Amino acid sequence: MNNFRVLLIGAFFGVVLIKSEVVSWFRIQKMFRFEEAHMYLIICSAIAVGALSVFLIKKLQLQTVSGGKIQITAKVFQKGTIIGGILFGLGWAITGACPGPIYAQIGSGEALALLTFVGALLGAYLYAYLRPRLPH
Amino acid sequence: MNWLLQPWPWYVSGPLLGLTVPLLLLMSGKTFGISSSFRHVASICSPNTKLTYLQENNWRGESWNLVFVFGIMAGAFIAMRFLSAAPLALLPADYATTGGMIKLLAGGVLVGFGTRYADGCTSGHTIMGISNLQLSSLIATISFFVGGLIMTALTSFGVL
Repeated sequence: MNNFRVLLIGAFFGVVLIKSEVVSWFRIQKMFRFEEAHMYLIICSAIAVGALSVFLIKKLQLQTVSGGKIQITAKVFQKGTIIGGILFGLGWAITGACPGPIYAQIGSGEALALLTFVGALLGAYLYAYLRPRLPH
Repeated sequence: MNWLLQPWPWYVSGPLLGLTVPLLLLMSGKTFGISSSFRHVASICSPNTKLTYLQENNWRGESWNLVFVFGIMAGAFIAMRFLSAAPLALLPADYATTGGMIKLLAGGVLVGFGTRYADGCTSGHTIMGISNLQLSSLIATISFFVGGLIMTALTSFGVL
């Protein structure tokens, strides 16, 4: 049942990714070239809604629909936050897709996005292999 | 109903994307994020790996993340097929050449490696992490943009 709800929320997110056009390489280019505000407005309004809801969930000590405790996994700062972040940004500008949009592009029938996905998978392997030697 | 088939303006689509955060937290108790799915798929593809990052990964316990990305694919299919008056252009035409394919593959490696090293992407850091007022996520987001601006500058000046 929980997985079914997750599937529906994923589908909702997938629909909005397409209808907002944030999955388009052209929109990403216009963002990095400061040619239009579309992406910036979307990201900022998404954060505003997200932040308000996290605030309310904590303030009202809300539980999940099945009565579970809500715990948000923390992100720990380390050197990779910056180095990995910049490397991801380089790839984002090339492919026009961050991880969510890679799946959305595949789902909407863009066969070329399979290459982006295979690349991302290879990147995860590369990280797993180099991890003991990377600064964290 | 015609508006539904047009691109949705930022003041509709942006807040709806943000709504994914409380939906996942309240309906399933999960923290929004997508790039860990790459790690899970890698773990599943290599059950006998000696790489600790993949071996010690409890992907069965995190399988909701894979269900979520299947949902994204289904939702994107529905939106493109049934909710669009005109198909949305996703990638430039010259990405269908050998050179373009190599670019996509290499760019994908950067996305996969970078998001795993940074422990998150635009979903887990930029939307979820900043919504949770985490400084590390703000720093990660700034780094994403620094990387994107560097690549855009390199391509604009014809270096790449």
